[in-house]
Amino acid sequence: MRGRLALRFAAVGFLLAVLVGPLALVGYRAFGDGAGPVWDAATGDATLSALRLTLIITLIAVPANAVFGVIAALLLTRPRLPGRTLLSVIIDLPLALSPVVVGLALILVWGRTGWFGEWAIDHGFQVIFALPGMVMATVIVSLPFVVRELVPVLKELGTEQQQAAATLGASDVQILWRIVLPAVRHGLAYGVVLTTARALGEYGAVAVVSGKIAGRTETLTLRVEERFQAFDLVSAYTASIMLALLAVFTVAAMRLLNRERH
Amino acid sequence: MSIVATGVTKRFGEYTALDDVNIAIPGGSLTALLGPSGSGKSTLLRVIAGLETPDAGDVEIDGTDVTGVRPQDRGVGFVFQHYAAFKHMTVRDNIGFGLTVRRRAKAEIRERVAELICLVQLEGLGDRYPSQLSGGQRQRMALARALAVEPSVLLLDEPFGALDARVRTELRRWLRRLHEQVHVTTVLVTHDQEEAMEVADRIAVMDHARLQQVGTPRELYEEPSNPFVMGFVGAVNRLGDSFVRPHDLELRPSANGVTHPARVERVTHLGFEVRVELEREAGGALLAQLTRDEADELGIAEGDRVHVAPRKERVFAGGAGI
Repeated sequence: MRGRLALRFAAVGFLLAVLVGPLALVGYRAFGDGAGPVWDAATGDATLSALRLTLIITLIAVPANAVFGVIAALLLTRPRLPGRTLLSVIIDLPLALSPVVVGLALILVWGRTGWFGEWAIDHGFQVIFALPGMVMATVIVSLPFVVRELVPVLKELGTEQQQAAATLGASDVQILWRIVLPAVRHGLAYGVVLTTARALGEYGAVAVVSGKIAGRTETLTLRVEERFQAFDLVSAYTASIMLALLAVFTVAAMRLLNRERH
Repeated sequence: MSIVATGVTKRFGEYTALDDVNIAIPGGSLTALLGPSGSGKSTLLRVIAGLETPDAGDVEIDGTDVTGVRPQDRGVGFVFQHYAAFKHMTVRDNIGFGLTVRRRAKAEIRERVAELICLVQLEGLGDRYPSQLSGGQRQRMALARALAVEPSVLLLDEPFGALDARVRTELRRWLRRLHEQVHVTTVLVTHDQEEAMEVADRIAVMDHARLQQVGTPRELYEEPSNPFVMGFVGAVNRLGDSFVRPHDLELRPSANGVTHPARVERVTHLGFEVRVELEREAGGALLAQLTRDEADELGIAEGDRVHVAPRKERVFAGGAGI
């Protein structure tokens, strides 16, 4: 009993010290001169533009990775798939690779002198220093989460329920929607939460490809860093608080969705 | 609806699961595919259902070649050993699944599901989830689910294998009654010869990827075509080149020229039946089954010397051992 109490103290204390404390301090500092400056910083054009950009990137990258993740996980759990190990390794690569390298690789491919750079410019399609590049960078760094959450649950699910559904006349699409996705929805939801969190918080890869043009290619995370360097601490703290709130919304939304059905 | 498989061969890499299997299952029958694990019986069932594609050979259901047809379009009902229940659906939704994916009217589905719930005796459990049912209830739900789409054939893959002995016996009888009611051509895979004999009107014995013999339970027992079948459908003794059932061994107090001397190792009284374990003086163990009256008349006891002769024996061409 006493041991368990001590353990609980240690866990809560650790969380307070490394996570809640510093976050609370950010909030405390932001509101040091009252709510007025925070409100002004939050509703300023540059901040709102950064918020909008972060949301747009997340809203494109997360569904894209959810769809890709489901397809890749289904492929990876097929019993006889040639090249499975290679596919698995490639999907895991972004976990180990520094995001800066991802950004650099994108520039090598899409930059002015890159493989597709000239072609893209000729067709009026700007990737680097623009939204497409930032979305690509975010998609790559948040790629593995849905796949990695789904593969173990799909393995546990096995193939019998799908075979049973097939003998009952269900088409492949019906099997996916009515049997597989409902059965793995918790894993999928968790994978989406992780992907969202990663997409919201991405800094390195996006920093390399964005060019950090305030009001145009500056996301919330980039703005935190940029304002901090410019000694505009209230704006930096405010943008940080907005990021934290987005994170809380994400987690809360998934909890709610997961509770609906038992 | 009859099922005919012709020259069906299936390999998994180096392993041959089915080797040129030919079988005709008459419409309306309840046939058991009986064999030890790894004999290919489940693979044959899955080939009939379309869940496996044979490397060679054809499958016909009701006179139509279905070899290249997807399981969706074969009109088969399949029941798995481990139920394959849709865990996120209620019993009602599980049973109605086949009708729902066929986009039948809601009222029609409701009516049909209610009917089936009565048929498989799950009244009052329609709103439960599979996790809230016992194993026997889950398997009855799976049967109702398979029957809902009115399949032309019903395929059962070791349906009672995961259940405890008492429930298994109960469900066997229930399945027999159900078959008399519904009359759909049914194929049951089992490794349990007693189950096959009790439930099926025809048995196909498989071993080593090949069909060994097809017949009624009685034919298989009385006229086995090879030593494997003889040994698999009942206990058997080996006396030289011949095979003898334990109840066809006669024990005599004295020799008569054709008998083999043996020593009584153990006598077990099982009510009406008495089992006698013997050791031949020429070497080799024997098992004899006597009625209680026969045993009393002989006054048999452990350590006695007796003389054994077969009343009825079988010799197989080639004299292959078991």
